[in-house]
Order: sequence, then C-alpha cells, then structure tokens
Amino acid sequence: MTERTSVYRIFWRLPLILWQGAFFVVPVAFLAVMTFWLVKNYRMEPDFILTNWEKTLGRGVFWDAYWLTLWRAALAAVIATAIAFPAAYTLAFRMSERTRRFALFCLIVPFFTSFLVRAYAWQVILAEGGPVNAVLGSIGLGPYVMLNSGFGAMVGYLTLVLPLVVIFQTWGLSAIDRNLIEAAWNLGATPLRTLVRVILPAARTGIFVGAIFAFILTFGDFVSPFYLGGSKPPTLSILIIDTTKSGQQWPRAAVVSMMMILTLFLTSAAALRIAYRGRG
Amino acid sequence: MKAGDILGRVYLGALFCFVFAPIAASFVFSFNSDRFPTLPLGHFTTDWYVRAFSRPELWQAIGNSIAVAAMTALLSTFIGFATAYTDFRYGFRFKPAYLALALLPPTMPLVILGLAMLAWLSQLGLSGTRVGIVIAHTVLATPFAMAICRLRLSQMDPTLEAAAWNLGAGQWTAMRYVILPFCAPAIVSALCLTAAVSFDEFIVAWFVSGLNRTVPVMILEILQGNVDPQINAIGTVVFLTSMSLVIAAQFLIFRRRHHD
Repeated sequence: MTERTSVYRIFWRLPLILWQGAFFVVPVAFLAVMTFWLVKNYRMEPDFILTNWEKTLGRGVFWDAYWLTLWRAALAAVIATAIAFPAAYTLAFRMSERTRRFALFCLIVPFFTSFLVRAYAWQVILAEGGPVNAVLGSIGLGPYVMLNSGFGAMVGYLTLVLPLVVIFQTWGLSAIDRNLIEAAWNLGATPLRTLVRVILPAARTGIFVGAIFAFILTFGDFVSPFYLGGSKPPTLSILIIDTTKSGQQWPRAAVVSMMMILTLFLTSAAALRIAYRGRG
Repeated sequence: MKAGDILGRVYLGALFCFVFAPIAASFVFSFNSDRFPTLPLGHFTTDWYVRAFSRPELWQAIGNSIAVAAMTALLSTFIGFATAYTDFRYGFRFKPAYLALALLPPTMPLVILGLAMLAWLSQLGLSGTRVGIVIAHTVLATPFAMAICRLRLSQMDPTLEAAAWNLGAGQWTAMRYVILPFCAPAIVSALCLTAAVSFDEFIVAWFVSGLNRTVPVMILEILQGNVDPQINAIGTVVFLTSMSLVIAAQFLIFRRRHHD
C-alpha cells in the first residue's frame, strides 16, 4: 500500500516541480548567470566577468530609465488606487450581491483580452485628429497632443491595471464586518470619520494588494510606454527589448532584468509588510 | 435613491466606459471606412476584414495560435489540476515554496520572462519553434488553471474522497469516480481560460516565436509599421475569441455554486 500511495502522491506533485523548475526557475537563474558571460563575435561565451554590470550600471541612460520607470509605476499605482476606490466602495456597499457579481464578472474579462489591440485603439482615440479631440474641438478646445507623452503612457497603464485594482479593493471592502460600520455610525462618527478610522484600515490589505499588482504590472509593461508614451525616454522594459533585439547584448539586457527583479522584490516585500502589519 | 447612490453609479459607469472604451472603439473602427477614424464617423464597410483575412500569413498565424493555445491549455490544465489537488490533499514541509512556484510566474514582468525564455530555449535548441512558445505559455497559464481547480476543490467535502476509500475504492478509482467528476466544470473552465491566456500573449511569444508567429505577434509587427485599420478587424476577432473563452470559463466555475 505504501508503495502505491507514494506513486500516486508523486504523480500529482511532480508535474509542477518539473515544469516550473525547468522552464521558470532555471531560465531566470540562467539569466542571472548570463550577466557574467562574455559576448565575443556576437556569441555568448561562459565566463565570469563583471563588465556587463559595470557597463550597464555605469551608463546614465540606464539610471534615467530606472528612475522614470520607478516613478511612473509608483504614480500609476497611486492614481489607480485613488480612482478605483470610489468604484470599489460603490460596488461593495451600494450594490446588490447580484449586480456586484455581474460587475466583477465583467471586470475580469478585459484582463484576458489583448492589451496590444486595446493600446492601438487608444492610439486612434487619442490621436490629434481623433474622436476625443473632435469632441473637444466642437466646444472650442484643443486640439491637444495626448500621445507620445507621460499622459499617453498613463492612459495605457490605467487601462491595464484599473479592472484588477477595483476587483481587489471590492474583495477587501466586501469582507468588512457591516456591524463595525454601523457601530461607528451609532457612536456618532461622521461619514468621513467612519471612512478614515474604520473602513480604510479594515480594507487595508485589499487596497495594498491592488496597489502592489498595479505597481508590478506597470513597472514591467512595455506596450504603454512604447505605443502610447512614445518610447522616448525609454523605460527599463524598452531598454531590455532594444538591447536584446539590436545586436547580441543579451547579458546586458539580463543585468537590466536582474535590477528589475530586485526592485520588484524589495518593493513588494515592503508593501506586503505594511499591508499585513498587525494582522498576525 | 439617495444622491450618493446616484453619484456612485455614475462614477462606476464612467470607470467602466474608460476600461471598455478601447474594446468598443476597436469594434466600431473595424467597420469604419476612414483610415484615421474621427467623429463624425465615415461610412460602414467590411473592407478591412476582407483585406486582413485575404492575407495568407494571417491564416498561418491563426493556425499557429490555435495549435499553441490548444497544447498550452491541455498541459497547463493538467499541471494546474495536479498542483491544486496536491495542495488540497497533502501537507508537506516545503509546501510554501511549492505554492510559490505555482503562483509566482504572473508577477514576473513578461519582458524579463521573454528574455529568460529566449536565452534558455536557445541553449536547448528550442527557440523559434512552436514547442518553445507552448513551453513558455504553459509556465504563464498554469497558475490560472491551478487557481480555478483549487477554488472548485475547496467547495468539495474532503470526507467524500475518504468515504470512497472506505468503500473499497483505490486512490486512482476515487480520483476517477469522485474527484474528477466533481472538478469537471473547473477543468473545462481552466481549459478555456488558459487557452485565452495563450491566445492573447504576445511579448514572450514575440521573443521566442521566430518565424512561427502567432496572431498577436503578427499584430505587434504590423503595429511597428504605419497606422493600419486592419488591426481593428483582426483585433475584433481576437477580442471576440478571448472574451468568449473567458466568459465561458467564468460561467462554468461560478454557475455550479448555486447548486452546491
């Protein structure tokens, strides 16, 4: 029996370990190893040199891209969190269970629909001669240049992350004990005070998890800055693609990747600590 | 209805408009005659569809996409189910690490995953092949399959499986006649969702596909040229495909809940 038990157990446990081990852990580890490899005659050779790190981290272009990417991701996370909150609040407290479910159902859909085509649609909508400027023009405004700017990139980021942030916040808010809110009311708290002292702390985890996902997704996004933000100045993801596609400088692109992974890890760890602080 | 309620609803409606505007716009523009669409709209035409779908390379890309999505769906749903079942049934020492392995890939920026895949698959001699895309997409899609199957398993009475053993069923038999039937809707749902994930993914596919372009990779390459409303036509078809898959996936997983 024990022999058969273990075959059964291993049969179900092993696929994940084998697959994600061979095709997720190993490739990412290989990326780390590759940062020390030498590129000679357009070919990579195993080596242990620090040149790739020095050449990449020593360039102003890298640091400009780094701070731009970090700043945009943080900004997008904050803006998305702020924009999503009233919507999540409405969904959690002002809607019937049925409507809420239907709304969340709808919000899941865009997450799985081609972001590339949606970005292209924004290109057309926001173009100088596009529909938005046509409407604004009819009331005597504009035309405004909205593409190839930080604004354009932000539209892309928000399209990407807003549905997800609303979903996380709605889950967080729905889990709040209603008695807590009524107790605050009965004790004479104003709506604003109830929000700040009762609802926000109780929904903290959902709010932070939403913001973390927004940060992670925008930090790594390549479509918004490239097709809506004008790609100049480049973000880190654009830098990786440029370095990879033009020439064979894969090790240097790997250095940029490692810096991104490190940053994402540190930021998420810090944010998760705050999100779950005092939760036990 | 109070003023606050109305305000909340209007706000929610505006947010939905923003989120769905590009999808709706792509649909409208795909039937619009203007190359640079604006308001008022041009006249109705199906010309962009005719032009896009008369390109042989589009049909080739569709073939690649379907093959890759089908293989990815089967593989990632199997791995996802196996992982969800392991999590449901067993406790073991390295379980947190095991679950991290299951859930981390979606948090990795796709550009980095694309580069890592390209570098590693080149070492294995698999870069530029459809197998390479399937491998990468399975890594990405497995967590979603795992989540759906785990959700379904959490709705199952854990004593059900034990009851089957007590009645003399072996573990494989209990799996076949108790657990799999119970999880069937989740498995079909996971197949749909993972197919959608693969069908829409373009960054990793772009890195590793070589000449075996999938539909989104083809869109990406057209986009690097000029404005081309054919993208709206192709995009609308892509949207309809992935939306149907995701809606089907959600119906399957949420519908049954009322009966339990």
